[in-house]
Amino acid sequence: MSIAAKPVSSASKQRFDIERVRADFPILQQKVRGKPLVYLDNAATSQKPRAVIEAISRYYEGTNANIHRGVHFLSEHATEEYEAVRGIAQRFLNAAESREIIFVRGTTEGINLVAQSYGRAHIQAGDEILITDMEHHSNIVPWQILCDERGAKLRVAPINDAGELILDEFANLLGPKTKLVAITHVSNALGTINPIRRIVEMAHSRNVPVLVDGAQAVPHLKVDVQALDCDFYAFSGHKVYGPTGIGVLYGKAALLEAMPPYQGGGDMIASVTFEKTIYNKLPYKFEAGTPDIAGVIGLGAALQYVSGLGIENIGAYENEVLAYATQAVSAIPDVRLIGTAKVKAGVLSFVLDNIHPHDIGTILDQEGIAIRTGHHCSQPVMKRFGIAATARASFALYNTKEEADALVRGIEKVREVFA
Amino acid sequence: MSDLRDLYQDVILEHSKAPRNYRELVAANHKAEGYNPLCGDRFTVYLDMEGDSIRDISFQGSGCAISKASASMMTQIVKGKTKAEAEQLFDRFHKLVTGHAPANGEAELGKLAVFSGVSEFPVRVKCATLAWHTLHAALEGKQEAISTE
Repeated sequence: MSIAAKPVSSASKQRFDIERVRADFPILQQKVRGKPLVYLDNAATSQKPRAVIEAISRYYEGTNANIHRGVHFLSEHATEEYEAVRGIAQRFLNAAESREIIFVRGTTEGINLVAQSYGRAHIQAGDEILITDMEHHSNIVPWQILCDERGAKLRVAPINDAGELILDEFANLLGPKTKLVAITHVSNALGTINPIRRIVEMAHSRNVPVLVDGAQAVPHLKVDVQALDCDFYAFSGHKVYGPTGIGVLYGKAALLEAMPPYQGGGDMIASVTFEKTIYNKLPYKFEAGTPDIAGVIGLGAALQYVSGLGIENIGAYENEVLAYATQAVSAIPDVRLIGTAKVKAGVLSFVLDNIHPHDIGTILDQEGIAIRTGHHCSQPVMKRFGIAATARASFALYNTKEEADALVRGIEKVREVFA
Repeated sequence: MSDLRDLYQDVILEHSKAPRNYRELVAANHKAEGYNPLCGDRFTVYLDMEGDSIRDISFQGSGCAISKASASMMTQIVKGKTKAEAEQLFDRFHKLVTGHAPANGEAELGKLAVFSGVSEFPVRVKCATLAWHTLHAALEGKQEAISTE
C-alpha cells in the first residue's frame, strides 16, 4: 500500500460522505498553530457535531426547567425530552426495556455505581472479582476499593504480546470464588476488541455476571446488549460525540431491581418520612438529584447523529482509515506498534526508539496534530509492555487518510529533530 | 520550526542522548525518587553530601528529552555547590522555565539558560523541573536525617 493520499473508494463514498460529515463538526474547520487541525485524540474525547451543540442551546433557550416534578408547561416539556433520550439510548444499545437505562456522569460513575451498589450487596470476604490486564484505571480502582472493603480478591487475566486477552488463562481464573467479571469491550490504550459474547458465555456458565466497560466501543461498534447478554454495560456520552459529564449505565432489569440505591436524594424516592423512605422504581432509583438534563438532551442528539450515519458504516469507514494509518506508521523506521491485536478499533498506539512519547506529542502539536501521550490511565498495560508511555493516535468517524498522511509527516519531523 | 528549536536546542538534545552523571552513586548518603504520574517520567537523584555541600551527585531513570537533559545539566551545575546555593539555583531555574525570570536572570544560570524556551510550552514545565524537585527532596531528606541524629 502506498502512503500517498488516495481518495476513499467509491463504494464507501456512497455509504459515507466524509466531506459532509466533516462539515458537521464546527471545531474541525479551525487552524491550530497555523496548520489545519488534525484531531487524533478521540479516545480521550470526541468532537461534537453541530446537531449536539444546537440541541443543548435549544434546550437552554426554550425548554429549561427541572424535570419529573413541575406541573407547568416547561417542566412537562423538559421531562418529555429527557425521557425521550432514554428511549433513544435503549434503542442504541438494543436494551429490552427503557428502565434498564440509567443516566450517569460517564463510564466511571457507571462502574462505581455497580461496584458500590451491586458489589456491596453481593461480594463477601474471600470472593473474587475477575478483570483483565488491559483495563482502564476506572475499571480497576472501583473494584480495588470494593475488594479492600469486603476482604475480597481482585484477579487479573493476562494478555499476550499482541495485546489480546489470553482466553485460556481467563477460563482458568474463572473459578468457584469468582462473583463478578469486569472487562473492557475495546482497550483504550491498545485498541483491542475483546470477544465479549464468548466471555459472557464462559462467565454465565458459572453463574457469574459480567460488567462491560463500553467507553471505547460505542463510537465504533454496533453494541447489542441483548445479543451480548452482558449484565451491565457502561459508556460515556463525550466519547461518542455527545457532551461531557453524561453517560449511560445499562443493567438487566432483574439485577437493577434487586440492587440497593447508589446515592440518596431527590428523584430516587417514592416517599420520605423520618421513619422510613420508600425508593422510587427503576430507573429513577439510581438517578438521585437533578440530573444533567441538557447533557442528556445533547447525548440524545449525539446518538441520533451516529444512528443516522449508521454505526456499521462508521465502523467500516474507520477500519479503512485505521488500517491505512497502521500500515503507514509502521513503515516508519524505529516505530514499534503497541497493540497489534487481530481485531482492533480506533486506536494506533506506538513508541519510537530513543524518543519519548512526550517529545513526539509536543512536536506533532506544532504541526497542528493532536495526539495523546502518556500511560492513558492504563499503567498496568504500560508495565505489561515494559514501557512508561506511548504515543496514541485515536480515530473517529471524521478522520481521513490525508490526516493519517499528516501524522506520518509529523513523525518524520520528530525523527529529524532527534536525528 | 523556530518555536520547536527554542525548546529542543542542540545542547538539550545532546544531553538527552548522552546524559552526564547517569549512574547509581554507590557512595550516596541520600537519594530521592521523583515521579510524574501524568507522563510516567521517573528519576532517582543520588547525593553524596559532605556537610552542607554536594560532593557528588548522579541520577538514573527514564523520561522525555527535556526531563533527562534537565537532570543531566542539573547534576553538572550543582556539583560542589552548597545546599543553599543549589536551592537558589532551583528557584532561578523555576522562574526561568515558567517565564518569570528577571531581565538579567539568565546570566546567573549559565548553561541552564538553554531551557528558557520551555516557558513557551507550559505543559512541559513539569518535565524540566522534575529532577530539580527530586534534588530538593533529596536535600530535605538529609536535613531530616540530621535532625534525628
